[in-house]
Amino acid sequence: MLATIDLSLIEWSRAQFALTAIYHWLFVPLTLGLAVIMGIMETLYVLTGKDFWKRTVKFWMKLFGINFAIGVATGLILEFQFGTNWSNYSWFVGDIFGAPLAIEGIVAFFMEATFIAVMFFGWEKVGKRFHLASTWLTGIGATFSAWWILVANSWMQYPVGMEFNPETVRNEMVDFMAVAFSPVAVMKFLHTVLSSWIVGATFVIGVSSWYLLRKREKEFAVSSIKVAACVGLFATLVTMGTGDKSAYQVAQTQPMKLAAMEALYEGGTQAPLTVVGDLAIPKMLSFLATRDMNGFVPGINDILEGGYALPDGTKALSAEEKAERGRLAVEALSAFRQAKEADDAAAMQAAREQLDANIAYFGYGYIGHPEMLIPNVWLLFWAFRVMVGFGVYFIAFFALVLFLAWKKELNRFRWLQWLAIISIPCAYLASHAGWIVAEVGRQPWAIQDMLPVNAAISRLEVGTVQTTFFIFLVMFTVLLIAEIGIMLKAIRKGPEA
Amino acid sequence: MTYTFLQHYWWFVVSLLGALLVFLLFVQGGNSLLFRLGRTEEERVMLVNSTGRKWEFTFTTLVTFGGAFFASFPLFYSTSFGGAYWLWMIILFSFVLQAVSYEFQSKLGNLLGKRTYRFFLVLNGIIGPVLLGAAVATFFNGANFVVDKANMADEWMPVISSWANGWHGLDAFADVWNIILGFAVFFLARLLGNLYFINNIRSEELIGRCRRQLITDAVPFLLFFLAFVIRTLLKEGFAVIPETQEIVMQPFKYAQNFAAMPVLIVLFLVGVAGVLYGVVKSIVNPVYTRGIWFTGTGVVLTVLALLLCVGYNDTAYYPSATDLQSSLTLANSCSSQFTLKTMTYVSILVPFVLAYIVYAWRAIDKKPITPEEMGKDGHHY
Repeated sequence: MLATIDLSLIEWSRAQFALTAIYHWLFVPLTLGLAVIMGIMETLYVLTGKDFWKRTVKFWMKLFGINFAIGVATGLILEFQFGTNWSNYSWFVGDIFGAPLAIEGIVAFFMEATFIAVMFFGWEKVGKRFHLASTWLTGIGATFSAWWILVANSWMQYPVGMEFNPETVRNEMVDFMAVAFSPVAVMKFLHTVLSSWIVGATFVIGVSSWYLLRKREKEFAVSSIKVAACVGLFATLVTMGTGDKSAYQVAQTQPMKLAAMEALYEGGTQAPLTVVGDLAIPKMLSFLATRDMNGFVPGINDILEGGYALPDGTKALSAEEKAERGRLAVEALSAFRQAKEADDAAAMQAAREQLDANIAYFGYGYIGHPEMLIPNVWLLFWAFRVMVGFGVYFIAFFALVLFLAWKKELNRFRWLQWLAIISIPCAYLASHAGWIVAEVGRQPWAIQDMLPVNAAISRLEVGTVQTTFFIFLVMFTVLLIAEIGIMLKAIRKGPEA
Repeated sequence: MTYTFLQHYWWFVVSLLGALLVFLLFVQGGNSLLFRLGRTEEERVMLVNSTGRKWEFTFTTLVTFGGAFFASFPLFYSTSFGGAYWLWMIILFSFVLQAVSYEFQSKLGNLLGKRTYRFFLVLNGIIGPVLLGAAVATFFNGANFVVDKANMADEWMPVISSWANGWHGLDAFADVWNIILGFAVFFLARLLGNLYFINNIRSEELIGRCRRQLITDAVPFLLFFLAFVIRTLLKEGFAVIPETQEIVMQPFKYAQNFAAMPVLIVLFLVGVAGVLYGVVKSIVNPVYTRGIWFTGTGVVLTVLALLLCVGYNDTAYYPSATDLQSSLTLANSCSSQFTLKTMTYVSILVPFVLAYIVYAWRAIDKKPITPEEMGKDGHHY
């Protein structure tokens, strides 16, 4: 009997990874954002010598610590899930993908783990400047960590710097710099890390506003808001810029993702950018995607049917044509291995030529039917709008907060204080929406055009993955509730506690 | 740098990380003793704060060990993690619970209460070492998997590695020798935990208990460890024929490996002597506090020697008990020469990393833990 992959195994494996990633990403942005704000506050303490800043930074450190532990815990699971649930992926691209993860461990995690201990327990044991350096190095370690994991993620979106080796049946790295500094990785790093600063800044402003509402800790709250709003405004403006560049890169490298983000089924020139419903900005999508108001943007059906002119002048293949060439590549791999076993050099050479001619479409060999190539359009369309909408909102929000801080009127408007508190979940929502756009938009690919998720999984029983999914769900949910409970109690007690 | 050299270099790096991880399991071993050693709340707080300042190192070493294995021997990563699913998942669950338990246990609003989080610490302190030990024992005794790279050309089931039964790693416990190494690692971790407390805490009564507990843990450790080592040296091992890369069973393979690499014998014997010296002196000398460094160094050397023995000298380091020819060797499971070479340049950073860890560790441990010391930083568990 022929063995086949149970489709629900793929879905449950994806669900488990998505669950872990979603939980992990609840904690990471706050770690990255708070680290910068804490670093600035402690720098002010060292520069001015005022104990006020020490007290302030220690309060934010307390919240940082509560958040950090659970972020570390969920991160551990993510790394190992590449092996446990995506074992075929781990072999097929481990030669490239494993390196950033190992470097992350050696360079970033140890820096973070070492200096966080000094940051928490070293106030009375090391000098002021050593302690300040430790606080910054904790944040820098976390940011280095983000760099390498985003290099790995970017490579999944835009695989470069590798060659397929039929002898070992995997892709192998041939250009480390192309992998580590691909333009997609650079932009993704800036976009993701700076957007995390927005979460950190919103959190600090929201919590501080609660003190203003309760007429408590006024100096502490206003000073914290000033630092956070500066960080927030800077981060929002950079995030906007890098977001535009990222979208342009998506248009060039993942046109199906862009078409799904816009729910664009039939493409064309002078394509408008849909805001919501019938509201659209004429020619804007063409401009954003091609930097030309008259540029052609392919829709979902165009991509499936092919036939349109690509920027390099060649004609786009249809999904059927790509699948056919993918099957030729997979067949050639099989023929190559059989020829090798038979020690038939001529047959090996012929198979190798067929493989090389079709290797760009290798992943399409596992695509059963063209509809598999369309990601979830509804989810992408709305996730993209949530992300961009809140991005615009946060520019106005931080600018207003800074303006009122400059006018010394932060205390005056209770509605603004409420708005600041409500903005905390909005920042998380925007951050998660961004990841949904990036990851759901990549489907059905684990690695764009190279390996679909159905060829990337581990051979497990569905029930096994279902069981661990629910264990994770219960465990992470309980820990999240506990974390929120502890946070709220700590905030209620305030910096005096 | 030849391809063979790079494979051996990276097996050394992975083995060293594994050896450091076993040493750092003093955190787990110490936690497993939380309720046995800590009679009063103050004593338990001191114990938790003592390991709580180091748990990140253990955690980070575990993650880096995984990352380095992934980067250098990806076929092991995909075969073992994807196959021995339950074994690794249970280890990971216990580490997740441990990670939050320090920070959450004494905080208001923590939902589950202090005792539950401490129970999680004890649970991880038992499960972590036992299962990690059992997982490593499969390097010597084999695991039930099949690898077939030709599967990649199968459109419907393109999965290369698969487990041969539905137990997904729990079958490791069907072999008593895996359990024996699991218990050896468990008692070793407790032994290290005791020595760490002796070095790190100043409380006469508590430390007196730690010294007595040392004897309780050292005896079973020695019994389990010696049984495993003697049996390993006497049993047949999984050898690779260099010319054909065929895997065959060879009598006394691991004993022969030691004989072929005398430096490993030296490492092993110096390591064992270090372990014994640190333990014995800490038991007989009631004011001696540096045993952790002798025993810790000894543990690193001993584990390093064992892991090098199982990977070097044409040995299959992750043998398949189901299909001998599926067994993983340094050559058939490693990354490409380019990747290993690139990673080798990165590994030059390791001494710098170790240097700042030592520097920061010394800065934090300058003052031993006492009830008064814990309150001073404003951050304690």
